Amino acid sequence: MKTISSLLDKEWHERYRKISSLNIRSSIYDITNQCNLRCKGCFFFSSDEHEASTEETDIEKWYQFVGKEKERGVNLAILIGGEPTLHLDRVEAFYSQLPSYCATNGLIKISRDRFPDMMVGVSLWGDENDEKTLRGKDTFAVSSKNYEGDPHTYYLYTITPKQVGRIEHVIKKIVDVGLKVHLQLLTNEENVDGFFWSEENLRDVRAEMDAMLDRYPRTVISCKYYHEIITTGTMMNRKFGWAECPSVTEPLDKRNPQPKSLIRFIRWASDLKTMHRCCTSATRDCSTCKDGAAHMSWVMVNKREHLQSTKDLQNWIEVYEMFAKLYRFIPW
Amino acid sequence: MPVSTDNKALIIRIAEIIISELKLEDISPETFDPALDLVDELGVDSMDLATVVLVLQDEYGITIDEDDYPKLRNIRMIAEYIEQKRTA
Ligand code: SF4
Ligand code: SF4
Repeated sequence: MKTISSLLDKEWHERYRKISSLNIRSSIYDITNQCNLRCKGCFFFSSDEHEASTEETDIEKWYQFVGKEKERGVNLAILIGGEPTLHLDRVEAFYSQLPSYCATNGLIKISRDRFPDMMVGVSLWGDENDEKTLRGKDTFAVSSKNYEGDPHTYYLYTITPKQVGRIEHVIKKIVDVGLKVHLQLLTNEENVDGFFWSEENLRDVRAEMDAMLDRYPRTVISCKYYHEIITTGTMMNRKFGWAECPSVTEPLDKRNPQPKSLIRFIRWASDLKTMHRCCTSATRDCSTCKDGAAHMSWVMVNKREHLQSTKDLQNWIEVYEMFAKLYRFIPW
Repeated sequence: MPVSTDNKALIIRIAEIIISELKLEDISPETFDPALDLVDELGVDSMDLATVVLVLQDEYGITIDEDDYPKLRNIRMIAEYIEQKRTA
C-alpha cells in the first residue's frame, strides 16, 4: 500500500499538507435571472434556466438564507447568474457572511470599497472579434478598465475551437492590464455553427494551453494535468460524464452507484428554493460537457486514485492548488 | 472508567472495515499501523471517512458527528473514540 510520504519528498509533502487541511465545501448560487448581455452559447439562457424560478426580492430573506447555508457547512459561495452585479445587495448578503467568489461579465465594476477582497472572475470569450460574434460586444474593453491591476480579480477565458492558434494574443492583453487568467473550454450549448470541438483541435488546444502556461507562468493560473483532463475527458482511464460527475446537486442525486462527489453541493436558483441539477445546465449532454469546475472537482474528489505514483499525486496536488488559488484559499 | 487504547480486537476490526470500505490493496488488518495518519498518509478525505463512519455507527450502535471527524485521524484514535462513546 502506497503512503503519501513514500511518494512525496519534503517539499511536495508540505504542499500536500497545506491543501489537505482546507476541506472546501462549495455551493453555487444564481443571484439573478437577468443579464446585461445575451451571449451565444450561454448555458443559463439557452436551457431556459432563467425561467426555472422567480427571484427572491426581499433582501432580508437573502441574509437569512446565507446564514442557513453557513450552518449547512458551506465555506465557499460561488455566485453566478445571470449577472450578479445587477444585484450587489444580494452579493453583499453572501460576502458579509461567507468566503465568496463572484463570476461577472465585468461590465459593471464591483466597488472595492464595498467588497475589498472578494474574488472576482471576469468572463472573456476570446479576442475582440470573437467577443463581438458571440457576445455582441468587446467586453474586454470595458472590464479591463474596471479591474486593471486588481489583485483579487482574474479573467475566466473560455476558449472556443475558432481560437486555437490565437490564444496568446488574448493572454498578452491580460498581461498588459496586470491581471491573471484561468483557461476553460466552450461547451457548444446552442450548437453555434463552427464552434464544435474535433479531436484534432482538442489536441492542438491542449498543446497551446501548455505553452501559455510555460510562457506566462505568473499570469496563467492553471496546470498541465487540468489541460489533459479537460481536453481528453479522461482521468485514470475513466471517462468523464454523468456517471462520474462530482458537481451534481446532492439532494437531487439519485445515481447508483454513487460516484465520489462534492459534499453538500447544491446549485440554488434565485428564488432560494429551487435547486438546479448541477453546476451547469440540466439540458446539457454530459458526454460532451467541458465544464472546467466540474472537471477540476472530478480530479479533486478522486484523491486516493492518484496515489499510484509520485507523478499522479503531484498532478492531483497541482489541480487542488489551482482550485485553491482561484478561490483565494491560498495566494497566487 | 479508563479507556483502553490497546484493544487489539477493536483495532483489527476497524482496520478491516477501512480496508474493505476504501478498497485498500497490499495491506492486511494485522499489518495496518494503528498510528498511521489516515489523511496525511493514506489520502483519506471526508467522503471516505463518511463511508467508514456509516459502517462504524451500524456496527457499534453509536452516532458519530461530523464535527468529530478531526478526532478520527488514525485507527488508534478511532478505537479510543468508539470506546469512549460506548462507555459514555
Ligand atoms: S454574460 Fe454570462 S450570464 Fe450573461 S449571457 Fe453571457 S454567459 Fe450568460
Ligand atoms: S452537464 Fe456537466 S456538470 Fe452537469 S451533470 Fe453533466 S457532466 Fe456534470
